[in-house]
Amino acid sequence: MRGATRVKWAVGVTAVALTAAACGSSNDSGGSSSSTGGSGGGIVRASWGDPQNPLEPADTTEVQGGKVLDLIFRGLKKYNPKTAKAENMIASSITSTDSQNFDIKLKSGWTFSNGEPVTSDSFINAWNFDTQLKNSQLNASFFQYIDGYDKVHPDATGAKATATTLSGLTKVSATEFKVRLNQKFALFPDTLGYAAFYPLPQAFFTNRKAWEAKPIGNGPYLISSYAKGSKMQLQKWNGYKGPDPAQNGGVELRVYTDNNTAYTDLQAGNLDLVDDVPVAQLPNVKSDLGNRYINVPAGIIQTIAFPLYSSRWSSANAAKVRQGLSMAIDRKGITQQIFRQTRTPATDWTSPVLGAAGGFKAGLCGDECTFNPTKAKQLIAQGGGLPGGKITISYNADTGSHKEWIDAVCNSINNVLGNNKACVGAPIGTFADFRNRITNKQLNDPFRAGWQMDYPLIQDFLQPQYFTDASSNDSHYSSPTFDKLVNEANAATSSADSVSKFQDAERQLVIDMPAIPLWYQNGSAGFSSNLSNVALNPFSVPVYNEIKVK
Amino acid sequence: MGRYVIRRLLQMIPVFIGSTFLIFFMVYALGDPVAALFGDRAPDPATAAQIRADLHLNDPLWKQYLIYMRNIFTGDFGTAFNGQSVLSLMGSAFPVTIRLTVVAIIFEIVIGIALGVLTGMKRGKPVDTGVLLLTLVVISVPTFVTGYVLQYLFGVQLGWTSPSVSPEAPFDELILPGLVLALVSLAYVTRLTRTSIAENTRADYLRTAVAKGLPRHRIIIRHLLRNSLIPVVTFIGTDIGFLMGGAIVTERIFNIHGVGFQLYQGILRNNAPTVVGFVTILVLVFLIANLLVDLLYAVLDPRIRYA
Repeated sequence: MRGATRVKWAVGVTAVALTAAACGSSNDSGGSSSSTGGSGGGIVRASWGDPQNPLEPADTTEVQGGKVLDLIFRGLKKYNPKTAKAENMIASSITSTDSQNFDIKLKSGWTFSNGEPVTSDSFINAWNFDTQLKNSQLNASFFQYIDGYDKVHPDATGAKATATTLSGLTKVSATEFKVRLNQKFALFPDTLGYAAFYPLPQAFFTNRKAWEAKPIGNGPYLISSYAKGSKMQLQKWNGYKGPDPAQNGGVELRVYTDNNTAYTDLQAGNLDLVDDVPVAQLPNVKSDLGNRYINVPAGIIQTIAFPLYSSRWSSANAAKVRQGLSMAIDRKGITQQIFRQTRTPATDWTSPVLGAAGGFKAGLCGDECTFNPTKAKQLIAQGGGLPGGKITISYNADTGSHKEWIDAVCNSINNVLGNNKACVGAPIGTFADFRNRITNKQLNDPFRAGWQMDYPLIQDFLQPQYFTDASSNDSHYSSPTFDKLVNEANAATSSADSVSKFQDAERQLVIDMPAIPLWYQNGSAGFSSNLSNVALNPFSVPVYNEIKVK
Repeated sequence: MGRYVIRRLLQMIPVFIGSTFLIFFMVYALGDPVAALFGDRAPDPATAAQIRADLHLNDPLWKQYLIYMRNIFTGDFGTAFNGQSVLSLMGSAFPVTIRLTVVAIIFEIVIGIALGVLTGMKRGKPVDTGVLLLTLVVISVPTFVTGYVLQYLFGVQLGWTSPSVSPEAPFDELILPGLVLALVSLAYVTRLTRTSIAENTRADYLRTAVAKGLPRHRIIIRHLLRNSLIPVVTFIGTDIGFLMGGAIVTERIFNIHGVGFQLYQGILRNNAPTVVGFVTILVLVFLIANLLVDLLYAVLDPRIRYA
């Protein structure tokens, strides 16, 4: 008997649950129509990814967190979304006579959205906080040229900080401060548009946890609600006095776990803007979206880097093999067939977004980066052939679908050498493991490398990656000639001089080929017919504040 | 019965400790997470060392495990890299996945058992063959295929539902994802029920019940179904844990921010506290579901006694 009542009870619960579910489904249309109604208020509904780190200017290393910082912050300079040129934003002037001591004057009238004025203290306090070792800010190294950095943030393992403030920063008045660098660096003012250099309000220092839960900035938007991991709502900040106020009522950033779903939502009219069109959708994106599909070069270059510390690649003749391999890769074919024109074959080590004035020089790499099977085979033979007769190219298999193009690159090399075992891809399970092996010098063969610029400067493409012992010199490339030219470029007094010296340095890379330039990555985006004036900036991030909502 | 339950609960302790240690060990074996935090930039040794010290990554594995377990018993499941506490991640993820699982289980129970009874009673008839073929198709098509197809069909083409689920994930938005999640298990439930029913229709006690002249619905529900449900209940019980942990594919397709999503993120970013925390809870769900299943046997079959 007892059993029978339980069964009845179970049936009852099921029935109730089903009725509830059925009622729910009838509400479904009502729910979705109210959300479309929301877009009428001028809100841009855009796809987003979960930021990897807390949203602090100097702790955000990836694009998703960077998007938010761009929406809610403005720095001393801002990169023009069209030309990538660094233009004064909060700074009224940044002057120097010797490329080492800089005098920064601020415009008055700027405030944070909580009413605090933006003063030289907002910058000095923020930069001192960002560099202190105990705060473990991932972008601390961006401040390494400021005098006193090594005291606040010693780089050696186990070292203790001996100062808490950067000695290179001196406050002159509420609207003026001076920066002294530890070396000459002509392009330093142009780096100040980067997110790590954003100012911070006092509210950050008084209650960091509360600030992280809902960051307060000085940009055209303010955060109205933030549900971590799922959604952030930003509204136009009416108190914003800058020259680039929001053209829409706000932005709703929705976290998508899969960009295919975001694309489907765009098709179904639930989303207005997708800034990462999935590869699987590329064949039909033109017919789906027409001219609402954007595909423009971004400041990202992909390369294959060589571990020059390994005996396999350190011999004098190995550079010939590397040049040969570079000539054995059919860049054009791969960008067309695998990437469907969302990559542009690379002919130098920078990116087209810099523009000719910024240091991009098409064809700088010349023959060495042009597909030429006969010459490639000759060069590899002259260099003594592939070390051990075969090579592998390592990549991380967890994200980014690198397998396809690595296989294509190897295929291209194998065809040239007439040996289908000469090159094979070597997948590594996770990005973390991949990075560890690179950092710990455990790779003996080439590996995929990518570089996304921090700021649109030729310096940022060359120095961090190829200068001796630089922070991202994964190849551990070291060339006295290259280093000398880079130092000269940094010491130049005009930026045109600086750029041309950097290009001279870049020519050394053609000879040594520490990394093979493959292609420049494009940013791709799709948007709904609700929006107009949508564009991607040089970082391939949508220029949200200029988007107009119908 | 009371002693049985206590013994079962005590048995859970070593299982719990063993499984959490294994998970801890596996995540640890994935390697050092610190380098990946910096993206393509190599970390400077001082910052990396500072982060390692904060996360106890320099300690030997057993010590890390002890620290972790000590924290768990004080209710501290650690922090994800984005600064959010794992406990709050669980607070947002588990309710969503539980709702999704409930929808899926209801589909399994209602449709699966109904189809199973129908086909079991009409063995060899066209209905039976048809349903068998259908379940075969469902089992052989991967979940992500059915997921994307149904999402496109109902979400974009017909516009009946939204292709993605909102962060709040109410029941009505979870019907389609729940169905997709349930489909494969549903097919198994149908087949299990069918076999079980088909076997029991020939049992002596059923012939007796028919001979006694009991009404047909009473024979089916009280006598036939109740006895045939034991293997089905076992399956559904273990399936609860399986569905909650295995919802990664479905949650990804429909953009549901549940347990599967958090686990995926945790593994991708090598975040041991997230992965171990979530799996620890899933282990508990498995254990409790199994206990409940074992206790349910007695309800279904009074001959089963616990000692």
